[in-house]
Amino acid sequence: MSTSSYNVIGTRPPRHDGADKVTGRAIYAADFQMNGLLHGAMVRSTHAHAILKRVDTTKAAAFPGVVAVVTADDFPQTPDRIVDLGEGETPVSHLRGNVLAKGKVLYQGHAIAAVAATSLQAAEQAAKLIEVEYEPLPCVLTAVEAMAAGAPLLHGGDTNVTAHVHHAMGDSEAAFAGAAIVIEREFTTATVHQGYIEPHAATVLWNNDGRVNVWCSTQGSFVVRDVVSCLLDLPVSAVRVTPTEIGGGFGGKIPVYLEPVAALLSKKSGRPVRLVMSRRDVFEGSGPTPGSMMRVKMGADADGKLIAAQAFLAYEAGAYAGGMVGAGAMCVFAAYDIANQTIDGYDVLVNKPSTAAYRAPGAPNAAFATESVVDEIARKLKMDPLELRLRNASREGTRRADGPKFRRVGCVEVIEAMQAHPHYSAPLGEPSHAEAKRGRGVAIGYWFNIGLPSSCVISVNADGTANLIEGSTDIGGTRTSIAMQAAEVMGIPVDRIHPAVVDTDTIGYTGVTGGSRTTYATGWAAHDAAQDVIRQMKLRAAKLWQAEAVEFADGVFQAGERQMTFAELAGKMSETGGPVVGQASVNPRGAGGSFAGVIADVEVDTGTGKTTILRFTAVQDAGRAIHPSYVEGQMQGGSVQGIGWALNEEYWMNPEGRMMNASLLDYRMPTILDVPMIDTQIVEVPNPAHPFGVRGVGEANIVSPPAGIANAIRDAIGVRLYHLPMNPPAVAAAMGGQK
Amino acid sequence: MAHVHIPALLRAATAGREWVEAPGTTVGEVVAGLEELCPELQGRLVCEGRLVRGMAIAVDGEISSMGLLEPVDGETEVQFIAAISGG
Repeated sequence: MSTSSYNVIGTRPPRHDGADKVTGRAIYAADFQMNGLLHGAMVRSTHAHAILKRVDTTKAAAFPGVVAVVTADDFPQTPDRIVDLGEGETPVSHLRGNVLAKGKVLYQGHAIAAVAATSLQAAEQAAKLIEVEYEPLPCVLTAVEAMAAGAPLLHGGDTNVTAHVHHAMGDSEAAFAGAAIVIEREFTTATVHQGYIEPHAATVLWNNDGRVNVWCSTQGSFVVRDVVSCLLDLPVSAVRVTPTEIGGGFGGKIPVYLEPVAALLSKKSGRPVRLVMSRRDVFEGSGPTPGSMMRVKMGADADGKLIAAQAFLAYEAGAYAGGMVGAGAMCVFAAYDIANQTIDGYDVLVNKPSTAAYRAPGAPNAAFATESVVDEIARKLKMDPLELRLRNASREGTRRADGPKFRRVGCVEVIEAMQAHPHYSAPLGEPSHAEAKRGRGVAIGYWFNIGLPSSCVISVNADGTANLIEGSTDIGGTRTSIAMQAAEVMGIPVDRIHPAVVDTDTIGYTGVTGGSRTTYATGWAAHDAAQDVIRQMKLRAAKLWQAEAVEFADGVFQAGERQMTFAELAGKMSETGGPVVGQASVNPRGAGGSFAGVIADVEVDTGTGKTTILRFTAVQDAGRAIHPSYVEGQMQGGSVQGIGWALNEEYWMNPEGRMMNASLLDYRMPTILDVPMIDTQIVEVPNPAHPFGVRGVGEANIVSPPAGIANAIRDAIGVRLYHLPMNPPAVAAAMGGQK
Repeated sequence: MAHVHIPALLRAATAGREWVEAPGTTVGEVVAGLEELCPELQGRLVCEGRLVRGMAIAVDGEISSMGLLEPVDGETEVQFIAAISGG
């Protein structure tokens, strides 16, 4: 749909924070400095599963330069309760236990104690002097092993399964009996990490007046505030969190790890304390996305109409309950209109770090399974794979197995855009050498997006500029995409608005920058705050002109023959009543889901098993692209991360639960040398629930790349792979014996 | 009467029915009506005045921001879905 009716939306202005970031002046959490700053170091478990028999900090506390040492015993031992911290309900004991272990460690890297000293070197040396006596226990590392009878149990009871999700619609068993073709396959995926470049970092000052100030890298400053106040048994108003610039998060910087520990150290020392994770700490001590085992069965009639589907999903939760299988179960067949579905999902404890969200958490796993089976059905029926998808695509009115019907969604439009894209009809080209084979694959995926509360305040200046403050950590240019929505309403260029992300004392509650919600929900708050500004300024114009009605359009106020620009009227604020400050808080529903798809060309070296991505096209429904460059950036970023899932990334664990590749050198994320330019095509099917039609775009783009690449590899070598990552040894092994 | 979608794991409490009609002008009232019709649902959807842990409400396909206070009318579909956020 055309965006020509807008002046600001759909344009590509420079980002407000661009100069600071490209010149290195932006302040990230580890850059933060204060007088008297102490440096912290953590002690982490060397065992994946063990009873903590003794933690002796005596020698560390006596080490020169050490000012404070803390363990889990330093937390207020408040009774356990369930708390809702804006991203779901969690027992306090789990939050506390993950931040500093008490009694038992549940994964290698589990934090046990922390030291604050006058130098980082002193803190790290002192940390090594903390004596930890373990009683090792058997560990369990995959969902399948953890579900087996007799498996080691992480939290006692009689099972490691913490939740069973079950959706059923129609009668899938009966429908399979009438299907012309039924395919059932089993898939597994490895544990992978979000791989944000900036490690977790936090500085905390526990003031003499009892106020706690936190500066940290987080996707959700209000989540940090609430967790710190909860774990330290403080009033929420006693904690102020200032989010610094963030070097990536992808869901992994929603959980809180360092801030409560730094607060305890600050309380003990009376000085500000900074904690910074190393890359090893990030891999071993923060939350990755779940490894999984999935069994998917789908049936179609002879015309390619999908008539039945079943899924069994077992996802690793990590050390604490609350993994991603619910989302996987919601998304596994969401792209298709299938009348008969049965879905079972299991959230399973394993001795790995507690899993965290990672860009459409749970959905890439599920889509890898579903889209591989759909591809196989298309092959058996000799149908074009996009035509089969289009025939079955979800659309307005399609009911998901978990109950809801889709409102207006763009699944059909995404598939049609893929069909029409020149990439889909372009020749694959000749292989580069005799042992190389080329193939093309497609896949689609869904992510539902969320709303959650957001707040925004706009202060008008006398020169016609405005200051906009909001509480969403800027990821991917959200300052600007939020300001653009205000600028559109106020009829002024976006460079006349200065947006700022502020601390939790200064702005109303704002949910995380996550769930593809920020441009949608905080942008909505900016839209409403800008409308509040215009409402007030109309009253000022009416007072000035003694007019009963004032109109506003394209930045001009008008009553009869009289008119003023926004800037002209702003210059008369003082004489018409003083400052104009617009504000809004929203908690919107109607986030709308986003569909995305990929076309991937690969070349597989049959001698080594190495897969090279030759060409990659990402297509996504953005609803309305506020800033198309940022939408394209999200699509490219999600695609590259999906390529990493597909071809290389995994936690390589030894049988004792130790991660053997906890460095970026060995973990092997894709670099610029591993991916071609990612081509993007934005589809715009406006979300009818949003003032500008916005759908979240941050996540759906990672859902389909692993499956699209798997289908391309199948097309190239004639062998399908059922496990991620499809690294060279896996591809070579698969070619050695077709499943 | 709102149309309430019963999660598959709870259908034993509704004699296997996927959909049940229940009276009420808010989701909270609908749940109360539902519990009268199907007593085995008591405490399974709402406990001590709050949605049970891990559950969210969708109204006509959209996740509700008002929870049990969400208004409903005779044509409204109410679903109890997994409470999920994102990355």
